[in-house]
Amino acid sequence: MSSTMHMHGGIGESIKRKEDGRFLRGKGNYLDDFVLPNMMHMAILRSPYAHARIKSIETKAASAKPGVIAVVTGELMAQHKLAWMPTLSGDTQAVLATDKVRFQGQEVAAVIAETKYQAEDALASIEVDYDVLPAVTSPDRAKAEGAALIRDDKEGQSDNHIYHWESGDQGTTQAAFAKAAKVVRLHTFYPRCHPAPLETCGCIADVNPATGKATIYMTSQAPHAIRTVFALVTGLPEQNIRIVSPDLGGGFGNKVPVYPGYVVATAASLLLGRPVKWIEDRSENLISTGFARDYHMTGDLAVDENGKMLALRVHLDSDNGAFFADAQPTKFKAGLFHIVTGSYDIPTAHITADGYYTNKAPGGVAYRCSFRVTEASYLIERLVTNAAIELGIDQAEFRKKNFIQPEQFPYHSATGWVYDSGDYPKAMDVALDQLGYEALKKDVQERRKKGEVTGIGIASFTEVVGAGHGAEFDILGLRMFDSAELRVHPTGKAILRMGTKSQGQGHETTFAQIVAEELGIPAQDVTVEEGDTDTAPYGLGTYASRSTPVAGAATAMVSRQLREKARKLAAHLLEADEEDLVWERGKFYVKGSPQRSKTIQEAAFAAYTNLPEGMQPGLEGVHYYDPPNMTYPFGTYAVVVDIDKGTGQVKVKRMVAVDDCGVRINPMIVEGQIHGGLAEGYGIAFMQLITFDDEGNCIGSNFMDYLIPGSWETPKFELGETTTPSPHHPIGAKGVGESPTVGSPAAYVNAVIDALSPYGITNIDMPVTSDKVWAALRSKGVTE
Amino acid sequence: MKVTMRVNGVERSGDIEPRVLLVDFLRTNLALTGTHVGCDTTSCGACSVQIDGEPVKSCTVLAVQAEGREVKTVEGLANGAALAPIQVGFHEEHGLQCGFCTPGMMMVTSALLERNPNPTDDEIRWAISGNICRCTGYMNIVKAVKHAAQMQAEAVKAPEHAAVAGGGE
Repeated sequence: MSSTMHMHGGIGESIKRKEDGRFLRGKGNYLDDFVLPNMMHMAILRSPYAHARIKSIETKAASAKPGVIAVVTGELMAQHKLAWMPTLSGDTQAVLATDKVRFQGQEVAAVIAETKYQAEDALASIEVDYDVLPAVTSPDRAKAEGAALIRDDKEGQSDNHIYHWESGDQGTTQAAFAKAAKVVRLHTFYPRCHPAPLETCGCIADVNPATGKATIYMTSQAPHAIRTVFALVTGLPEQNIRIVSPDLGGGFGNKVPVYPGYVVATAASLLLGRPVKWIEDRSENLISTGFARDYHMTGDLAVDENGKMLALRVHLDSDNGAFFADAQPTKFKAGLFHIVTGSYDIPTAHITADGYYTNKAPGGVAYRCSFRVTEASYLIERLVTNAAIELGIDQAEFRKKNFIQPEQFPYHSATGWVYDSGDYPKAMDVALDQLGYEALKKDVQERRKKGEVTGIGIASFTEVVGAGHGAEFDILGLRMFDSAELRVHPTGKAILRMGTKSQGQGHETTFAQIVAEELGIPAQDVTVEEGDTDTAPYGLGTYASRSTPVAGAATAMVSRQLREKARKLAAHLLEADEEDLVWERGKFYVKGSPQRSKTIQEAAFAAYTNLPEGMQPGLEGVHYYDPPNMTYPFGTYAVVVDIDKGTGQVKVKRMVAVDDCGVRINPMIVEGQIHGGLAEGYGIAFMQLITFDDEGNCIGSNFMDYLIPGSWETPKFELGETTTPSPHHPIGAKGVGESPTVGSPAAYVNAVIDALSPYGITNIDMPVTSDKVWAALRSKGVTE
Repeated sequence: MKVTMRVNGVERSGDIEPRVLLVDFLRTNLALTGTHVGCDTTSCGACSVQIDGEPVKSCTVLAVQAEGREVKTVEGLANGAALAPIQVGFHEEHGLQCGFCTPGMMMVTSALLERNPNPTDDEIRWAISGNICRCTGYMNIVKAVKHAAQMQAEAVKAPEHAAVAGGGE
């Protein structure tokens, strides 16, 4: 089909994607495309209130509506011990509310009917009597004296505080601040936003009444972990649970958690003996499933008289919603936020974090980010630009002066990270060069003299992705390894199965390319399969940019394992000594006589037809990879903006993004990922906001209120790259899907702040909308 | 009630409630699941199809409104194994990632190319401004449409040659 189908497709080749064919023909297999025989449809009744006691639920009228098979309430779920479920952060979450509702949009009851229309119709006939309680809508309100207690269901919970968490060294940090020449403070709010993949969440639960086997088709980025959670929650034997995650219409972290709808649909199928389909509509997706961010952050940066950073102090209040359901490694209550020293050689740091319950949806998912790295990167990069402005130093110079230098790697950070590799000055130089920084700065000065509002923003982010190591990183105790199983057929074609799950990242192509490179079978001849827990090896799934760093490594390792067996087979066929064979991608030849060779396909055929004495037949293997360390992608992004003084409108004139994600497997796919992340970063910086009024009503519950960047708003991107391979990854790759979402919001906002700095404006919270910019300018007396 | 329309060149009919949306008729009654639902509020364009050659969002059209009309969906783009130029463009320029918005994007942009065979970047961006993509950042979608425009222009100049290029499935 494609112009590259005859290419070998090894590492570094921009072959066209193997998965495209079905999508281009409208033959993708997304969840809602599945129709099972005798399938029923489920719709969920949600709370209109953010906080209210449930006095009664009357379902008789709804049960009598046409097509209705059953109405499920929390009371029924409680009879089966399924009214509550565990969250990924070790808390509990209501499946269907029994006592109170704790956020607007919370699941209260479900209707199972013959058609989707009938299920939706019947919702209106369920009568719920609520006693409305005061809503708590922010950490400040949550900790205020006399605040309503949200989690009165939890024994020993007397206030709305969830956790206190610290990292770094308070003593040395205080001492460093005491001798600082200058301390720069930034208080900023990274507001609640939502990943909003274009396909919403849903499932089809199919529990076979004869065998007890539960097959659950589910929009899941982590099907194996979900299977285990389901086994623990329902008590079903794990071998009788099969999770199938089909083609996903985007995920971005939204499809990591277990949602109440999955549990109710499964219970309904179990009780009724028929398949049940549940698909959210867009509003349900935005108001009830995994939100992201909602961090109130205060950062202090201590600097000496020469502009060298001495210490960093951060406090954050996290708004976690009604249930602590952050999707993140167990040990880290604020995710990986303590990477907050970023790309800078800051000798000491101290971070404190407090989490609070509020009457808002639970979630805290890593929206295109590795567990709160986005918040960390945003804070440090904003703080650094603000400090440069306040110190009167060029923001690029200030960064260069404080960068961790290439010779310092592996670098031990003040909060305990070991950065594997990096060359920050180089990425910065490439970006500045591409931008034409010096000329641009002059241009900005000239135009400011004429009264124009224009600025340049820089962000030099460092990410930390690819969790584990498993001893350090786990989800509910499950170590964060990943896996690859490779089976080569007699004709030399292969199938690769992995514990990860693509949501558009192009795994079917990228991971076939690793096999093509390491085992020499052309990428076109390698089928990649993920998402079916009955067939794929166990893995922790795709989020936090971990597929290439972890499952990609597993793929390289299993390919090498099979290559060694193939070497034995080739030696047998060539009647040569194994040690005398030279590997050249795709074949072995005898040292000194390259004409005496056997291809990998010939070796594969021999594995089934002509084996050396005593060798086990077949050519297949599995590798579980537990990475020795995280990988640390980085880059420098630079943005130029013009601001209209009359309207406050911000126009992004340039966006230069230089990424270093180590070795690029398919550069075309990598660049596509970066484009997408830069667009989402633009949305977060300027458009996307989930907010609430004082009663806890969600504002941002549809695509007319929750603004997603379209083709018209989204700027054009100019990409650049440097390559610093990861020293511990088998092929030197680091992961890239999230770098642009992590790095770009600060770059966009820094450009706005730089433009507004002549007027003494130091912060505008995201999203930076025209009205906020307009008000900030007016507050400083700036008019048209 | 009974509704009849031509879908991808074939007469199709069904017995439906008057309130049934066109997208549900296509997906449920006709099993044409290439047309997707992303928002239910005419905001995202994942459900875009063509009615009498004009792009419309099928989540905001009643099936009965398409009575007697010509509906085209993503399933009607390819000619057998041979992909249409717009499909080739999206593939060659990496204009899709998760693929969920792609059918809608192609239905809108193939209609654009019908009335404007050589659109500028801005004309393409304006045409798809009602279609949300969460994956690509739109740059490669613009390239994909230009690729298709180029293929169509070449097909006009040298029909046989271009047919091979477009149909190399």
